[in-house]
Amino acid sequence: MIHFVVHDENDSVGVVVVEGVKSGQRLTGWIMDQDKDIHVDARSDIPIGHKLAIRALPKDATVVKYGVDIGRVVAPIQVGEHAHVHNIKTKRW
Amino acid sequence: MELGKSTFWGYKRENGRIGVRNHVIILPVDDLSNAACEAVANNIKGTLAIPHPYGRLQFGADLELHFRTLIGTGSNPNVAAVVVIGIEDQWSKKVADAIAATGKPVSFFGIEQHGDHDTIMRASKVAKEYVQWASELRREERPLKDLWVSTKCGESDTTSGCGANPTVGNAFDKLYPHGVTLVFGETTELTGGEHLVAARCRDDAVRTKFQKVFDQYQEIINRHKTSDLSDSQPTKGNIAGGLTTIEEKALGNIQKIGRKCVVDGVLDKAEAPTYPGLWFMDSSSAAAEMVTLCAAAGYVVHFFPTGQGNVIGNPILPVIKLCANPRTVRTMSEHIDVDVSGLLRKEMSPDQAGDALLECMFRTANGRLTAAEALGHREFVLTRLYESA
Repeated sequence: MIHFVVHDENDSVGVVVVEGVKSGQRLTGWIMDQDKDIHVDARSDIPIGHKLAIRALPKDATVVKYGVDIGRVVAPIQVGEHAHVHNIKTKRW
Repeated sequence: MELGKSTFWGYKRENGRIGVRNHVIILPVDDLSNAACEAVANNIKGTLAIPHPYGRLQFGADLELHFRTLIGTGSNPNVAAVVVIGIEDQWSKKVADAIAATGKPVSFFGIEQHGDHDTIMRASKVAKEYVQWASELRREERPLKDLWVSTKCGESDTTSGCGANPTVGNAFDKLYPHGVTLVFGETTELTGGEHLVAARCRDDAVRTKFQKVFDQYQEIINRHKTSDLSDSQPTKGNIAGGLTTIEEKALGNIQKIGRKCVVDGVLDKAEAPTYPGLWFMDSSSAAAEMVTLCAAAGYVVHFFPTGQGNVIGNPILPVIKLCANPRTVRTMSEHIDVDVSGLLRKEMSPDQAGDALLECMFRTANGRLTAAEALGHREFVLTRLYESA
């Protein structure tokens, strides 16, 4: 069963595609471009459609999705942690 | 899917363009003529009135866009013949004459000095001739390159970026090498990913034109904005759905142009492309406005990926909906033509999803009604550039 999908293996985040992901849950992800599976332990409850970090992201790191820069880290994010507006901001404004 | 020898069955029009529908439309030039147009369409079965709220006291570029959209709609090869009705002769004739340049049958009527009754009677007689003539036209087998395909997404969520939009991109990448004429747009929703579109432009001339169009939009935003847009892009709904930054939203949107297609040219709103390839059309991200502009530019089939479930259609352009959100597919199934939710369960590969969309495209081109057509969705929304005089 797939719990989250990742566009590209170089991405920093994946998107949860099932409802009810709980902290501590063992998750299986599908890296679509390379057709690989990865496993991550959730460190937060993560709603469907929201992102989780698949690598550790220190403050000021660049967040990559679709192989492209989508913003910067404003609070450190651990692997398996919910990655959203509380720890990622656009670089545009 | 091997597309090399693929064909579809379409209607060859007088100017050589191929349509996949055979509408006889009753086209008002202005709001005042809607009632007469709807009366004619009620009298003559098989015709279609396309009412809209504009066409009076517009001026300059806004008026030019109004005419270009109406003329383009009448000229679209999905339309066999046109009856134009306006409050006065002059603008009605202007629209009819421009549509007549395609060679298709077109007549115009002005209501002033005649009234609705007399106009409706005379227009109905012509409409009856047109619809009976059109009903005898037959489809012929045509090569894939004769198909013009547009795309625009709506009610997007994170499943759009993972599933439905890349499915359109996969299909576009497969159609592009066969000389199909493609278009995408949504100037506003490229913000954050505009550099990626610029990098995909064929050459510096196209890139410069694209950048100019994008910068013009940025100027409008800067003139009217009251904040730095962080509050409105992404929207609160986008954020609730999991989208974090404007870049992420734009990247999801840009998945629709695939990985390989090159941006071959830039179009103004409702402007017809002049050669095959992928075009960028300067356009609003409002669904009905953009789809109306695609129809006016001459596109005959539309791919509409949705996440939360936009229900849009168009009077003359078949709108194919695809969706990867399993909940939307379950709760709004009557609106969805292609279910690609299997992508998010790894039950379907991106390649299989693209093929499923292409299969639906061929069936739609050959005459199968889309969900939006069957449900009677005929949203026709004219883009306004500024206020009337």
